[in-house]
Amino acid sequence: MTQAPAVRRPKRRILPLVWLTFSGGGVIAAVFLPVLVLLFGLAFPLGWISAPDYAHLHAVVTNWLTRLVLLGLFVPMLVHSAHRFRYTLYDGLQLKRKLLIAFLCYGAAMAGAFASLLVLLSMR
Amino acid sequence: MSEQLLYRRRVSTWWWTRKRTYFVFVMRELSSIFIAWFVVFLLRLLSAVGDSRSAYDHFLDWASSPLVVALNVLTLVFITLHAVTWFSLTPQAMAVQVRGRAVPGSVIIAAQYVGLAIVSAFIFWLVTR
Amino acid sequence: MGDSISLRVTRYRPDKDREPASQEYDVPLRKELTVLDALNYVKNEVDTTLTFRWSCRMGICGSCGMNVNGEPRLTCATFLSDYAPGPVRVEPLANFPIVRDLVVDISDFLAKLPRMKPWIIRDDDAVLVGEGDGEYLQTPEELEAYQQFSMCINCMLCYAACPVYGLDPDFVGPAAIALAERYDLDSRDHGARERLDVLIEREGVWGCTFVGECTRVCPKHVDPAGAIQRYKLKAATESVKAFLLPRGAR
Repeated sequence: MTQAPAVRRPKRRILPLVWLTFSGGGVIAAVFLPVLVLLFGLAFPLGWISAPDYAHLHAVVTNWLTRLVLLGLFVPMLVHSAHRFRYTLYDGLQLKRKLLIAFLCYGAAMAGAFASLLVLLSMR
Repeated sequence: MSEQLLYRRRVSTWWWTRKRTYFVFVMRELSSIFIAWFVVFLLRLLSAVGDSRSAYDHFLDWASSPLVVALNVLTLVFITLHAVTWFSLTPQAMAVQVRGRAVPGSVIIAAQYVGLAIVSAFIFWLVTR
Repeated sequence: MGDSISLRVTRYRPDKDREPASQEYDVPLRKELTVLDALNYVKNEVDTTLTFRWSCRMGICGSCGMNVNGEPRLTCATFLSDYAPGPVRVEPLANFPIVRDLVVDISDFLAKLPRMKPWIIRDDDAVLVGEGDGEYLQTPEELEAYQQFSMCINCMLCYAACPVYGLDPDFVGPAAIALAERYDLDSRDHGARERLDVLIEREGVWGCTFVGECTRVCPKHVDPAGAIQRYKLKAATESVKAFLLPRGAR
């Protein structure tokens, strides 16, 4: 006489979700940042290409869809950076205070996310 | 075999300088610093644009200063390293199947570069039109 | 190519030495001789106290893994002539404690393997298998799904190459995760959820930072790095489901 196996309830874990965000942030950074670094980091400030007209740029970034998209880009990239840097500290510097490092890294990412929200909301 | 007589070798802090693949790996991981920096840079840009025309001009002046330019040149180098390594590792990380046949790695890599090109072209158009 | 080459071998006598030191031996150099042949030459002709592991000498048993000029290699598959004019540095397999000379303590690795539950786990009654057909059917496509991961010979070169394992021996490691994936992908197996419970822990798959060196040194082309990344995606998908779906549906 046999019994049906007990239904297994997986424990809820947050690290896999952090990893998923890290992955998403990695894709976003790889696809969106190169052109942004080229344009806003180098080409416009150095005058290789004339900088966008203020009125036009203002119209583009203050658009609510743009603000939403930018938030959706910034947060995963910040989590990506924090997650990667955290493991670099473990492996590179062999630091042992793992909990403190994790707290500082993700804490910085959360601060950055909050700052992003503030900046995006306060543009007028 | 007595536990105390086992010799445990310590890993040097410079383990990653000993082999080229380890070195490239650590450089790839350090790209995370530059990604975080550029998000901050973009937030400064947005803050300036959301403020006034003169704040925007002031931002462009700051962005053209030697230190910031140097930082952004490094950022470009590291973000390129990040993108190239990320794209080339994707086929290894995911087994993609279309209609029961495995998609070759080269196709997955090419598709990502196409995605990069499309997004870059769109942003360029959006900003400079 | 001369007719001899120098071998710089690690010696460690636990009862006599406080730490390892190297000793040099001159061994014959011929194009078909391997590092393992050289070690056996030393033991047979020069210094019988030299201690090292080996067995099949043809790359299938996984016993003779050592670090040759800093690279984890099967010494039976490593030709002396590739290192001419030498010297060739032969050290115990990296990231493992040294027992004596070139022999390392592999008990940590051996303890990790059974935690992966590396056997077919079935949902249904075991009784059914004995009756009736008594065999499971598997198509060539189903075999291909996991075959690559079944080629592991437990040589531990991947552990020697993995910087994460070197820095944190709690990390379950490449071969163990590839072994779990081998069973998860096997169509006859229903144990994926049980293995996930072990690997979803912090020292399970999440310690891996995808250096990829494990795959580069694997003599059997198992691609443990690929197995680990695919496992992470699987674990992440399960986590999303655990958060989103109501209890009954999981």
